Formats: sequence, structure tokens, C-alpha cells
Amino acid sequence: MQTTTNYADRIPNNVNLSEDRALARALERWQPAFLDWWREMGPEAASGFDVYLRTAVSVEPQGWAQFGYVKMPDYRWGIFLTPVAGGATIGFGEHKDEPVWQDVPGEHRANLRRIVVTQGDTEPASVEQQRHLGLTCPSLYDLRNLFQVNVEEGRHLWAMVYLLHRYFGRDGREEAEALLTRRSGDADNPRILGAFNERTPDWLSLFMFTYFTDRDGKFQLAALAESGFEPLARTTKFMLTEEAHHMFVGESGVARIVQRTCEVMNALKSDDPAQVRAQGAIDLPTIQRYLNFHYSVTIDLFGADQSSNAATFYTSGLKGRYEEGKRDDDHRLQGRSYPVPTAVDGRLADREVPMLNALNEVLRDDFIRDSIAGVGRWNRVIEKAGIPFRLTVPHKAFHRKIGTLAQLHVSPAGRVVSESDWNANVGDWLPTVDDRAFVASLMGRVVEPGKFANWIAPPAIGINRQPANFEYVRFN
Amino acid sequence: MTIDAAHAAEASVDYQTDPSRYRHLKVSYDGPVATLALDVDENGGIRPGYALKLNSYDLGVDIELADALQRIRFEHPQVRTVVLTSARDRVFCSGANIFMLGRSSHAWKVNFCKFTNETRNGIEDASRHSGLKFIAACNGTTAGGGYEMALACDEIVLVDDRSSAVSLPEVPLLGVLPGTGGLTRLTDKRRVRHDLADIFCTTTEGIRGQRAKAWRLVDEVVKPSEFAAYVQRRAHELARESDRPSDAKGIALTPVVRATDGDGYHYDHVDVRIDRAARRATLHVKAPSTAQPGDVEEIQTLGARWWPLAMARELDDAILMLRTNELDVGTWLLTTEGDIDRMLAVDATLARHATHWLVRETIGLLRRTFARLDVSSRTLIAKIDRGSCFAGTLIELALAADRSYMLDLPDEPDAVPSIAVSQMNFGAYPRVDGRSRLAARFYDEAGPISAIREVQGAPLSAHDAARLGLVTVALDDIDWDDELRLVLEERGSMSPDALTGMEANLRFGGGETMETRVFGRLSAWQNWIFVRPNAIGEAGALKVFGTGTKARFDWQRV
Repeated sequence: MQTTTNYADRIPNNVNLSEDRALARALERWQPAFLDWWREMGPEAASGFDVYLRTAVSVEPQGWAQFGYVKMPDYRWGIFLTPVAGGATIGFGEHKDEPVWQDVPGEHRANLRRIVVTQGDTEPASVEQQRHLGLTCPSLYDLRNLFQVNVEEGRHLWAMVYLLHRYFGRDGREEAEALLTRRSGDADNPRILGAFNERTPDWLSLFMFTYFTDRDGKFQLAALAESGFEPLARTTKFMLTEEAHHMFVGESGVARIVQRTCEVMNALKSDDPAQVRAQGAIDLPTIQRYLNFHYSVTIDLFGADQSSNAATFYTSGLKGRYEEGKRDDDHRLQGRSYPVPTAVDGRLADREVPMLNALNEVLRDDFIRDSIAGVGRWNRVIEKAGIPFRLTVPHKAFHRKIGTLAQLHVSPAGRVVSESDWNANVGDWLPTVDDRAFVASLMGRVVEPGKFANWIAPPAIGINRQPANFEYVRFN
Repeated sequence: MTIDAAHAAEASVDYQTDPSRYRHLKVSYDGPVATLALDVDENGGIRPGYALKLNSYDLGVDIELADALQRIRFEHPQVRTVVLTSARDRVFCSGANIFMLGRSSHAWKVNFCKFTNETRNGIEDASRHSGLKFIAACNGTTAGGGYEMALACDEIVLVDDRSSAVSLPEVPLLGVLPGTGGLTRLTDKRRVRHDLADIFCTTTEGIRGQRAKAWRLVDEVVKPSEFAAYVQRRAHELARESDRPSDAKGIALTPVVRATDGDGYHYDHVDVRIDRAARRATLHVKAPSTAQPGDVEEIQTLGARWWPLAMARELDDAILMLRTNELDVGTWLLTTEGDIDRMLAVDATLARHATHWLVRETIGLLRRTFARLDVSSRTLIAKIDRGSCFAGTLIELALAADRSYMLDLPDEPDAVPSIAVSQMNFGAYPRVDGRSRLAARFYDEAGPISAIREVQGAPLSAHDAARLGLVTVALDDIDWDDELRLVLEERGSMSPDALTGMEANLRFGGGETMETRVFGRLSAWQNWIFVRPNAIGEAGALKVFGTGTKARFDWQRV
């Protein structure tokens, strides 16, 4: 077969791309469509920039993080699977201890495809959500981090598309195309999951999103990294190495905003939000409200608190638990139960349900433990500044839109309230129109090397240990 | 012990027999009239544990009946009327053996009923297409399946001896249905008014004499002294209307040679390979490997070795073997090989000589064999691969399939497989709903059917075949292996019951015929009743029949 492009050269990979006709043929169509999508929906007006990006060129320790200036459309989106020794066995479910599958078992084709498509859909969605943020960046450092996140979301899309192309035949190719045609927030053609249709209008939202919502990604990927379908497990393991950077962007971004706010508060010797705002910084209660919003929207992503799909995925060996291998139980979970918060007669109550059906809740609780740790680090910044305020994550029943909890109004403290109480207090709990307008008003564009917007502190250290005034993005 | 084909202690069922081995049937020939007299050997059940009293039958009896009909068609072309009667006094036939049914597994009962239904349909098929007429000479008690056998005939003559009756006592006596077409033929064929039929079907002793005639249950009632002469007279009257040849010489239906081994069944033109782990069989049909004769003398000389006839007999045997003996093998992959032009030449011969008695019978056997495929409770998937020969008569296999997958080779135009339709695909092989598979595929819509008629005889690539709607999916070589594997694995993981129900519904879209009602409505209800405790529970009617114990029912109407 004649191919006009040698994809193996342009696409760094460890999947023997040059030998794989099916893959080459699929990519021949998909790759130009991906670039079209990137130009249309990728970072706005940024195609010509030289960006100091990290590129994965191999799975070797020195190969997965090579730094250099790249124009984003020329980024070498690669296909990498974490290497394995072979002989692995399935770690859970009814196929436990059987050899892992190298091909999709026909019986599980539909479910596996759905898992891959749902994960894959989030990757371009977040690029779409963030595409305008480059116009209001608080520094070159942050702009570069945004672009790094964006190209890596793009690479994660490639990773999922690789699985669709390689293992799911014609259906897989059609689904891969559909990943490029859905649009975040489009009423007629939305992305699959709700949180990925929300707008990411400002940089505080971006940092909250990358901290919380990308952490959902981490937990989903970690659960898929346990899959009995080994190509999925290996692909998601490698994606996890990149996901860590996204969460770093979120955690450090919020921490730097908090630090700047504390500096302003200490200078003012006041905790009055109006005075803090007057100084061009974001007051801590507003940060708390943003946190409440992103946290609650994100924990909805884990799915219904009782789910037959979750049980099927686990028992079939398709999707495990977070750190399945480190858990000390039978890894089959038949007959075990798990407490799930439910609405009973208008009140919150824990109900024991079969653990297999509660696996979404198990993963959600793992996520909650993990995300609380980072919030603690933000509080240490506040504590160090000598300010008595503390950020907290809201109760997990707060502001839920799926499952039985969606029937209740629950305060951040976990108290069930009436609809009128909710309406009277929601302005203290979730970002208001005024909050968003205020944050938006701060969003100017700071692109002078070494300079930072007034509402955010500089980072302690540069990317790849570059100096503070490093020119991370060249606009040409 | 439950009667079950899968029981290791018992030999698998073999549908091949010949008159020298008959235990239950006496066949005699007298000019244009053949007489099949049931004389069932009580101790000759195909499975142990029951006695075939009162000319009751089991699968073994029905295999002989099917064989005898086949031989009348092919070995005795001069026969124009078949008299179906009994060699016993005062009993014609008392139907399927109840003790056999009571001891049978569900699968055995269902398979038994399907085969007997196909044989009854075969009687009507011969009447419709082959110029053979059938008279049921009911010279004694005609009960249950015995009456259903009579219902399949063109005429029913009942002896009027003041005691012999026709009856369908299944509901009041056994708590099941007359499931071999009985209920359906009463209404659809004999047009017995439904309220009279209701009385008839709930009266254990049945109906006799003039009332049986008045209710259309029989065509004539005749005194014992006049009975034999009347039957002979009618047989000859019917024979005069037939177009069967009076001077033709039959051909010998030599035994179908089947080699059975652990892998499956192997014949000259058909090969069955069973993958038990995957619960899948590949039925492979080879088109003729040499040029076939074009004139009827040569065909007659070849006889049972003529490819269309030999292949049909082998395929028919393979289908029956798999259906009865390989219950777990839920997916049949249909494949072919051979030369398309040679296959189309065979079809041209079939079409040109379609009215010749031997060609007509061969087309009839092909028709009934494909129809057997249509009603088989297995997933049928046609795989149209390199070297395949889904052309003309053989494309019926792909059209019968639930799905067909065809290989496309964009980079190897010389090796790309083709399919082709012939004149034989437009009506020679109607299904049990009376329509050709092409007509049924497109719900009799003129557009797609005429588009296919225009390309008759031309080789069609996967692209063309998919465009014309002749195949389900065209796949190129890159997708081929993996996609087929996924499809087959996915299919193999689904509930066999739900698939059987789904396939039977989807295959027979559009209008109903008496036959589809037998295979659909009647069989589906019967098969439901067959698993209900009211029939087969410890105190179910079928279980306690003949023990002196009264059946106990769960009175809930469902």
C-alpha cells in the first residue's frame, strides 16, 4: 500500500506503527482530521507560537520528557504503552488469575468501546473548554503550562484513538471520528460527560479544573490501568505519568493565587473581601466558592452511587479499583457491602449496598481522600501567612446532580436544607454572577518574560529549572 | 433416564436409513399408487424406556416416513398418489408417544417436533410442486399426531365403523398442544370454524362419522366394507390429475457417505467442522469441481451423484445431524468454495429443465433443505471469503443467514471474491413463507429486487454487493480477521434462548403463511408449555399421564 506520509517517523511510538497496516490506514484519515480539529478548536490564535514544550519521544526514563520549542500543530503526538514483561494475569473479577487479554474479547467489545470512548471524549473536550484562556494568561510561564496541558490532552486523545483504531475495527474508526466532531458545550452535539460541557472562563476556573477534574481523570485512568485488556492498561499507565503534571498546574496555580491573596491581606491587615478585591486580588471566600463548584461537579463524574455498569465492568475484568493490587481482599467482592449516602425521606443516610454496585462510590471516596491532601497544602500557605481562614472541601452530598443525592439540597457542611434555605444561601456557597464577573475583570494578558499578573504569585521554580524571566512562549 | 441427544451413553441420532432397515413402515407400489402403511414396532423406539404402542411414533418412526417420501420422489417417479394408512386393525395412528414425550428433555421434544413438522410440510410441498397427492386412509383411531399426519394429506378418509374417530386430545389429556401443525391446519387449511375446532380440541374421544365430515375434519366417511375400494378409487382419480411421468425410471438414492470424527462431519461436497470451545460449526459447501451435464439423460445417468442432488442430500443430513446432536454449537458459519461460472452453468441447467421430473425433485430437495436452514434455531453467519462461491443456488446460503460478511481486497483486484445471483434466486427456492429469500429480504419492494435482477449472472464485488443490499457488511482485508472474530465471539456470548427467539422473528418479517404460523405461533406456544410445570412438573399432565394420578395445575392464567 502506498502511503503519502511515513507516520512511524512523525508519530513517536512503541507500538510498531510502521508494520501495522490497519493502524496506518486508520491514521491516514484520522490524523488530518485531528489537525483540522486542532486548528479549529485548539488554543485560539496560537498556531504560530513557539512553545517550550515537553514531548514524550519514548518510554525510556530520559525519553518521556524532552524539552524544546515547538509549534503546537507540529507537536509530535505519540503513541506509547508502558512496557511490560509479559505473563501478566487479570487481577480481579470473575477472570481473576487468568492471563490478561491482548485482544478485545468479543463478549466485552461494546463495554470496552464505551469505556475507551467515554475516557477519550474528555481529552479534546478539555482542550475546547480552555481554548480562549491563552488570551488572558497571567504570565508566559502559565501560558506555557496551559499549552502543555492542551497538547498532552491531545496526546491522550491519540492514546484512546490508538486503542479504537487498533482493536475495535470499523466501529472503532467511526468512534474515533466522532471524538473530533462532538463539541464541548454545544447543545446539539455535546461532549459525553456533563462537567466537560461547562465553560472554563477564567484562570481560577482552569486551576480548579486541572486540580479537581484532571484528578478525576487520574482516578479513572488508574482504575483502567488495572484492566484485564492489557493494551488499555498499558496505555492508561503511561497517560498517568502526564496527568501528574496537569494536577501540578492546578495545585500550584491555586496555591500561587492563595499566596498572592494572603500577601494582599497582610498588607491591608484586613480580611474584608471588598478591600482585597479593590487591591486586584481574589478574596479567599471567592476561592472557596470556586472550590465548592469544581469539587461538586467533579465528584458527579464518578457516576451514580449505585451502578450496575460499574459492577459489570468490575466482574468482567474491564475496570478495576484504584490501586487494585494493593488492596487486601479477594478482588471479587461478591457478598461484600459498602455504605453509600442516600436521600431517605428528605434526610441523608448511609445505606449498605452490595460493594460491586457501589464501585463508583468507592472510587469517588478514593478521589476525595486524595484531593483533600492538596487542599491541606493550600491551607499551609494561608497558615504560613498567619491568616486564620481555612479552605475546605464541601460535604460529598453538596450540589450533586446525579444519583439519589440530586433530590436533596445539602449545605457544604452536610446539613440538609429546604429549597428556600438553599436559595437564600447559595450565593455564599457557589460562585455568583458577581464573583465570576469580578474574576473575569482581573483577566488581562501578561506576556512579558518574568512578569506576573497582580492576582497571582510567581512560581518558586521554573519549568525544567529555567530562570524566572525565561521566554517560555515566543510569539513570532 | 431423560431422553437426550447429548447423553454420552447413547449413540447420536442418524437420519439416514433405507427400506431394508425399516421397522415401522410397510411400503408397497401398485402402478401410480404407493401405499405407506404404518406398522410400528412397539419395541423399536429410537431411545429405550418406552413402548410404541397403538402405532404411536417417535423420531425413529418419523425418520422412516421422511425417507420413504424421499424415495417415492426420486426412486419411483411413476407414483402419483400416496396412500397413508395403517397396517393395524382399528388404529390408524395414535400420535407421538406420550411416554417418550414425558421422558424427553426439552431440547429433544423441540427438535423432534421441528423435524416432524418439516416432514408434514414436505408432504404438502410435494403436493404443491411435484404432482404427488396424498390420501390419509384412516382405517381406525386417528388421534393427536396421527390426525396431524392426516391433516398434512390432501384428502382424509375416515372409516365409519361407529367407533373410529379423529381427535386432538392433547389439551384435555396431556396439558400440551397438538403441536405438529394440528391447530393451524384445522383453521388455515381445512377451515374448520373456530368454535367447532374449540370443541374438537377439548374432546378426548374425538369426533366420528358424519359429524366429522360436517365439521370438515375429514373429507369422507366410508363403511368398513367399502373403505379399501373407496380409497383405491380416489387414489386413481387423483393420480389422473398428476403430471408425474408414467414411463420414467427412478434413480437410486444411494447412501449418503458421511465420515464422522471428533472434528465434525465430512462428505464429498459438504464439510462440517466443529469448534466446541467456541461453540461454533463451519458448514462448508463446495461447488462442483468439474463441469456438470447439461442434458437430462446424462443427469439421469449420474443420478444421486449429480452435484445438485448429492450436495443437497449432504447438506440436509449435515443440518439434521448438527441440530439434533450438537445442541451447544449455537453458531453456524456458512462458507463455500468453487468456480462461480461453473455454478452458474449448473443453475442454467436447473432452470432449463425445471419441469423434468428429476430436476424438479432436485430443486424441491434444495428448496426444503434451505427451508430447514431458515427454521434452524442457530445463528447463521455467511463468510464470503477468498475462493468462495456464493453464486446462484449457493447464494441462498448467504441470503438465509442472519448476517453475511464479505471480504473486499482494494489492493488485489484479481483475488477479490465475488458473488452472483442467477434466475434460480427469483422464486425457485421459496421459504416457508412462500417468498424467495431475495423477495423476503427486501419485503417485496420492486426497486431493490429489480436492481439485483439487472445484474443477474454478473460477478459482484463486496462493494457492489453491499450497495445492492445483498450482504450485510463488506470488510477489507485489514479488518477482516479481527472483525469476524469479534462478531462471532460477541454473538457466542449472548443468551441462546433470546437469540433463537430474535432470529426467528427477524428472519420471517412480512406476511405469514400456514407454515410460518406452525413454526412461529404454534411452536412458540408449545415450547413455552413444554417448560411449564403444568406440563412437565412432578404433577404435570405430561408427566403423570398413564399413571392413574391426576395432574395438578397451577391455576393462574399467564
